[in-house]
Amino acid sequence: MALENGQKPEDKAELAAVTKPTDWTIVVLRVVAFFATVTATVVMASNKETKSLVVAPPISVTLTAKFQHNPANVYFVIANGIASLHNVFMIVVHFFGDKFKDKGLQLVMVAVLDMMIVALVSSGDGAATFMAELGKKGNSHARWNKICDKFEKYCDRGGGAIISSYIGLLFLLVITVLSIIKLLKRN
Amino acid sequence: MTQTRRIFTFVLRLLALAATVSATIVMVTSHDSTRVLNLTFKAKFSDSPTFMYFVIVEAIVSGYNLIILLLSSKGSLWRIVIILDVVAALLLTSSMSAALAIGQVAKKGNTHAGWLPICGQVSKFCNHVNGALVAGILAAIFYYVLNLFTLYNALNPLFVVKPS
Repeated sequence: MALENGQKPEDKAELAAVTKPTDWTIVVLRVVAFFATVTATVVMASNKETKSLVVAPPISVTLTAKFQHNPANVYFVIANGIASLHNVFMIVVHFFGDKFKDKGLQLVMVAVLDMMIVALVSSGDGAATFMAELGKKGNSHARWNKICDKFEKYCDRGGGAIISSYIGLLFLLVITVLSIIKLLKRN
Repeated sequence: MTQTRRIFTFVLRLLALAATVSATIVMVTSHDSTRVLNLTFKAKFSDSPTFMYFVIVEAIVSGYNLIILLLSSKGSLWRIVIILDVVAALLLTSSMSAALAIGQVAKKGNTHAGWLPICGQVSKFCNHVNGALVAGILAAIFYYVLNLFTLYNALNPLFVVKPS
């Protein structure tokens, strides 16, 4: 469907008007992905649990589990934050992108950026998942004790954030595939 | 022009295949045991589910890459190949980042969780895993360059005819 030199600008506007109603699927998917990644970021960033253990009657030790203690979780928060911003940016571009002159370049930039964000979110998810698994089960070979039996709420919240991020990742993957299909259809 | 593109894609796939295969092999052959005060510290890659996941993903992507290299002459499957390439890149990044996270805990420990670093005792294992991770990172990079190149190729015909 490449634009030939003989085609008039009115036909181009008609083409744009015809393709617009079918693009609502991608916008809805992006909104859902946005909510998923924002939930993941916020839930993980607010993940904190404090416990006081009484060592001897007058002395009590306060132990805190914060998400920052684990660099994988920090990366998870950063990756999902960037993904949320990307989703917002893409929704804005979708509605106001008709003013962009070079449609082909816009499509390829959208596809490439979507792919990059899928990479970012998948790496954040992978690291956080396996860190959470280590915290839940420990590793007897390395003599690393599990921490989830002491900090249940922390682990539950972290798990919820990771699940939400996986949902976001799934939607982002579908969006990437759709963007690539759109790019290939222009071919 | 298309001939150089095809050669470049083929070379990239070959490099990615080499990287994933070497990552798998290096990780599978990593094991070490030391004796400290009559206690034996044994470290194998299968002790950690993360490294098992790493090996499985790299093996799957190697197999997929090999199949695609052998079938590269078929013209009708290229759309599915592009999408599967994106999925493969996703799997590679997630496995590499998970292994990196666990490796970082092994190297530096985590004082907040009471996890001691183990690289001091089993340094050969740590170096081996390091090598496997480097190969995994290279594989991910090659895969992404391949994907970007494929997308750039899909766009190229449009560049020829610009809308006035």
